[in-house]
Amino acid sequence: MGDIYLDNNATTQCDPKVVEAMLPYFLEQFGNPSSIHSFGNGVGRAIAKARKQIQALLGAKHDSEIILTSCGTESDNTAILSALKCFPGRKEIIITTVEHPAVLALCAQLEKDGYRIHRLAVDGKGRLDLDEYRKLLTPNVAIVSVMWANNETGTLFPVEEMAAMASAAGVQFHTDAVQAVGKVPIDLKNSAIDMLSLSGHKLHAPKGIGVLYLKRGARFRPLLRGGHQERGRRAGTENSASVVGLGKACELALEHIEYENSQVKALRDRLEQGILSQVPNCFVTGDPSNRLPNTTNIAFEYIEGEAILMLLNKKGIAASSGSACTSGSLEPSHVMRAMNIPYTAAHGTIRFSLSRYNTPAEIEQVIAAVPPIAAELRRLSPYWGERGPLAEPENAFAPVYG
Amino acid sequence: MWDYSDKVKEHFFAPRNVGAMEDANGVGDVGSISCGDALRLSLKVDPISEVIEDAKFQTFGCGSAIASSSALTEIIKGMTLDAALAVTNQDIANYLDGLPPEKMHCSVMGREALQAAIAHYRGEAWKDDHEEGALVCKCFAIDAVLIENTIRSNHLHTVEDVTNYTKAGGGCSSCHEGIEEILTRVLAERGEVFDPDAAPAPVEPDPLPIAASGQSSMTNLQRIRRIEAVIESIRPQLRMDGGDAELVEVDGNSIYVKMTGACSGCSMAAMTVGGIQQRLMEELGEFIRVIPAEQMPGTERRSAHG
Ligand SMILES: Cc1ncc(COP(=O)(O)O)c(C=O)c1O
Ligand code: FES
Repeated sequence: MGDIYLDNNATTQCDPKVVEAMLPYFLEQFGNPSSIHSFGNGVGRAIAKARKQIQALLGAKHDSEIILTSCGTESDNTAILSALKCFPGRKEIIITTVEHPAVLALCAQLEKDGYRIHRLAVDGKGRLDLDEYRKLLTPNVAIVSVMWANNETGTLFPVEEMAAMASAAGVQFHTDAVQAVGKVPIDLKNSAIDMLSLSGHKLHAPKGIGVLYLKRGARFRPLLRGGHQERGRRAGTENSASVVGLGKACELALEHIEYENSQVKALRDRLEQGILSQVPNCFVTGDPSNRLPNTTNIAFEYIEGEAILMLLNKKGIAASSGSACTSGSLEPSHVMRAMNIPYTAAHGTIRFSLSRYNTPAEIEQVIAAVPPIAAELRRLSPYWGERGPLAEPENAFAPVYG
Repeated sequence: MWDYSDKVKEHFFAPRNVGAMEDANGVGDVGSISCGDALRLSLKVDPISEVIEDAKFQTFGCGSAIASSSALTEIIKGMTLDAALAVTNQDIANYLDGLPPEKMHCSVMGREALQAAIAHYRGEAWKDDHEEGALVCKCFAIDAVLIENTIRSNHLHTVEDVTNYTKAGGGCSSCHEGIEEILTRVLAERGEVFDPDAAPAPVEPDPLPIAASGQSSMTNLQRIRRIEAVIESIRPQLRMDGGDAELVEVDGNSIYVKMTGACSGCSMAAMTVGGIQQRLMEELGEFIRVIPAEQMPGTERRSAHG
């Protein structure tokens, strides 16, 4: 039995066709795409082709709207810092409480530097209040940055609508679409989105390659200055093999988007239903009616996520958790706290994220593996009695400090 | 994921002494579900001999929390209460062949549960005086609360001060930004501004029996005594961290030291050796090389004193 990989929101396996497309760019076409000689001139063409493939997946109007970067984090940082430079008189930024650290940590730092950060709250299902958003859209705002899909729960935000609202108010709009690209249809030429970040390693391309989409005409200031690469908008010699790989991955993603939203989705639903029907005291977090087709995040009450992951790992199953312990911090995931998931459950959240490589047989194995793991850890838990949670567990077990 | 020792995994996958105890006469509850770990330790103590006849645990928590609880029950079974009270969190971590710095708090929770259970048995009130903050320095497992309190109570101003008092920041130095942030905040409370160029507060070295002076003015015997004295003065600090050091041989400028306990195997051994060397150089006023005893050459060369 091979190991079962259900952690595709963390990163994905490279598609073998992607690797195949990349190989010539290490040993043969290794030249600098800016060079005139024969070692490099094929590279320039390959990068141009990749740009077209990326453009197609995003539904962008022009291929020059694609700026190649080193990762999703760089794209996010570039977008926000660019707007601050373009609009020096505007000292406010709108984000949400559940953004990826690539946005949250940057904004926390900007806050210390004197910027005002508005963090839109979410409800119990991870949804935004657009009326609250509308009120914040003033000429003081330099940029709005809202993720398309949440990496922990898969919940989708209405970014196209929000971009239109920002545009009407004269405010730039960026979306971190790292989790959405390849899983939900995207058509940027018919949207008001000014900037969009994607990351190769979430869609079966290599790690360390990303894209910042920049709508033609949107004001922009580069993060890295130097050579003329990316039309002066992102200096630095292209990571050519990875760019070629990303292009191929985008082409494959476009071919599989239908499959993602039917087959992969059906496997996800089967997994979720299989676990919920067998394990007492667990529930799905986020908005099950509006989320990525590949993601389910299940909270197991009264047990801790890292312990669950270790037991899953022993059975050859890879997933991830929002528990505090997995990250080495004291607080469970900020996404779970933002949705007000009680602590009794927030520490026990497990994210299963699938890909087109998963099989029905694998999903059945996981469904069989999870119930005994939950039962074993509950046997150890002081919050769990003979036949279920203690009545009012937080009072029944109330240690001297807390 | 974490780089857990085999011993941690063994105690996690097959924990010993799990469950509630009907006839427990000492119960200690610590932790809370909001922090992500909570532990109930139940003891059965013989009232005459005060020997712990049985110990069981129930734990909500991560892999190392469960392994630490399991290890704790194994360590204390058969001990008298007084002997059990001497068990430190480092003992629990050592029993498990070490814990990652982010996870040391799991062993702290074990020790606290033990104290709470013994207090309960003795009818005393147990008060937790331990407050835990976010981990700032990974090299030395120092959290924000400890750094903050140390800055406050010692009126510290610089990152170097913080390193001298808590060790935080004395390793890879990647936590210096975090330490500067805490300094900025605490200094602001007392109306001061953090100045990255400020000079650190002088550290008073412990006075030693013989005043420091150059090598030439000391006899060989005086010099060795002095080296011994310096190492003795460092030992209490090492023991606090669960380690120890012992002078083995002096060969000219090469000083061979045997490192034991937590210091010997850990990644900090090299740093500790460096620290002893620094201190010896300061105290003796000459160039010194401290070398772990395992690297000492054979006996025939050792007789050739310099
Ligand atoms: C929503 C989101 N944004 C940004 C990133 C960061 O991407 P990268 O790892 O390419 O920097 C991730 C990946 O973890 C993500 O899930
Ligand atoms: S993390 Fe503090 S010195 Fe390395």
